[in-house]
Amino acid sequence: MAEPRLSLRGVTRAFGALRVSDAVDLDLRQGEIHALIGPNGAGKSTLIAQICGALRPDAGRILLEGRDVTAWDVPRRARAGLGRTFQVSSLASEDTALQNVMLAVAGRGGRLRVWSRALGRGDLTAPAREALAQVGLEGEAHTPVGALSHGAWRRVEIACALAMAPRALVMDEPLAGLGTEGVADLSALLRRVKVRAPILLVEHDMDAVFALADRVSVLVGGRIIATGPGEAIRQNAGVQDAYLGPVS
Amino acid sequence: MAERWINAGLLAGLGLVALWAWAAGAPFTVTLATKVAILALAAAGLNLALGIGGLVSLGHAVFFGIGGYAMGVLASHAQAYDPIFTRPFVFEGTKSMPFIWLAAIAVGALAAWVIGRISLRTSGVYFIMITLAFGQMFYYLAISWPAYGGEDGLSIYVRNGFPGLDTLDPIQFFGICFAILLIVLWCMARIAASPFGLALNAARQAPTRVMASGIDPDRLRLWAFVVSGAVTGLAGALYADLNRFVSPTMFSWQVSGELIVLIILGGVGRLCGPVAGAALFVVLEQWLGGLSEYWQVFLGLLLLAVVLAGRGGIVGLLARVPSRG
Ligand SMILES: Nc1ncnc2c1ncn2[C@@H]1O[C@H](COP(=O)(O)OP(=O)(O)O)[C@@H](O)[C@H]1O
Ligand SMILES: [Mg+2]
Repeated sequence: MAEPRLSLRGVTRAFGALRVSDAVDLDLRQGEIHALIGPNGAGKSTLIAQICGALRPDAGRILLEGRDVTAWDVPRRARAGLGRTFQVSSLASEDTALQNVMLAVAGRGGRLRVWSRALGRGDLTAPAREALAQVGLEGEAHTPVGALSHGAWRRVEIACALAMAPRALVMDEPLAGLGTEGVADLSALLRRVKVRAPILLVEHDMDAVFALADRVSVLVGGRIIATGPGEAIRQNAGVQDAYLGPVS
Repeated sequence: MAERWINAGLLAGLGLVALWAWAAGAPFTVTLATKVAILALAAAGLNLALGIGGLVSLGHAVFFGIGGYAMGVLASHAQAYDPIFTRPFVFEGTKSMPFIWLAAIAVGALAAWVIGRISLRTSGVYFIMITLAFGQMFYYLAISWPAYGGEDGLSIYVRNGFPGLDTLDPIQFFGICFAILLIVLWCMARIAASPFGLALNAARQAPTRVMASGIDPDRLRLWAFVVSGAVTGLAGALYADLNRFVSPTMFSWQVSGELIVLIILGGVGRLCGPVAGAALFVVLEQWLGGLSEYWQVFLGLLLLAVVLAGRGGIVGLLARVPSRG
């Protein structure tokens, strides 16, 4: 079997006496959407922070395409192909959608020129426009992000991640606050995206999770208590006890 | 009105006022216009760090003063025929402006790199305080340095020279300062529109997005701070040449505060905000300063009005004026 794009091996982290990550093993395989679910306070956000490099694990390793990135900082992991979207908007709201995505293109190249016009550079604008087109926002390229709808800035976040030609994606609640139609639209987009880069998806909307995810991992009290296909997880007695409740 | 027309109008206005005053035989007004150009240059340096990078430095007087002392030290040795050092070769100092400018840019950049490395570990109000602390440190250092005048400062009797020009002629010295201002503003416009400027501007608004894009925001900020310090240092050298005098007051925190005031008045992050702010500041200082020694009260009220009206300052206000046609 192909090597996982992203793997966690024994990732452990404590805040004082509180173990927020307890020997977490996790694989994100090519082509999949892997949902990470669990009750509030289970440690999902802190696990994502460790994957992306914002928080150091006390023990364990994080591998991106087999390379140990545990000691790398956030920008270096991003340049290596780890894309992410945030739960609350991380975008520069005064800048246009195109500018936000261009930033990702410029960052991927790792060289920020001081002496050329950003908007005049086809090598920045062309990939950025393409990424915006992929999320269906080519018409809003020149709209300041602050003036976009909630659903649209979610898409800009995804466009930014795509513009980095990611090898793996981590998304923190991309469907939150979207409404039924928005969830359907964005789910369709995520299905197209996963072909290019697998997605580790933290999500609270269980209907969407079980509709989207190829595999699901359940995190409770910092530990992964089960991993498997959606249907198996739904029927899993331990998971029902700890989190989902009995299948109705 | 489009901002480029406002910018063109402001710069043309400054140049025309100086030319008109020269033609009308009013050299003092030419000197005031020169002061506007130099203060605008100093504030343009700060505008890169503060306006685009969001770094509220309350210590930019350090670079202004360092540029001033670079001029003072080099020129005072030259005028006294007293070498600065004799090994490995004899260096007498210099009265040549281009050389002095390079020195001011270099020491301004170097100081900004050192101060930036330390200060950029903090943010928000701590950044303001640590830059202020550096400013105070340099102020007292200058006071306690008797070799270069201590508290009394240094007088340079004859303005430094520029090949082919008579720098003692006010309009020619204005021309030098104005040309430097234009060149630096042009550079600033290019930097702001570059991928670096895009990232710096984003780092002010959304640092996590910048990091997720694979860019380290602190490196951007450090570079912005270094360029900023170099430009303000250059302005300091010109200011010292304008007055033919340097003293520790160039390092005072009031100078740092005034530079911030200029930017806020003119328009934070706007290319020609520093020009508008400096012009207004000098005009108010002249007119109101003649009426009352408490003229800064009026400056304070004006600042209050501008801050309450939003971040755009004078340039932002003009930009809201609808253009005809
Ligand atoms: N910086 C921190 N210091 C101390 N405790 C923290 C910190 N960050 C998170 N926690 C705690 O860690 C636990 C897991 O939090 P989090 O990862 O945000 O959970 P989730 O995202 O699954 O809701 C919570 O109990 C939270 O209070
Ligand atoms: Mg969370």
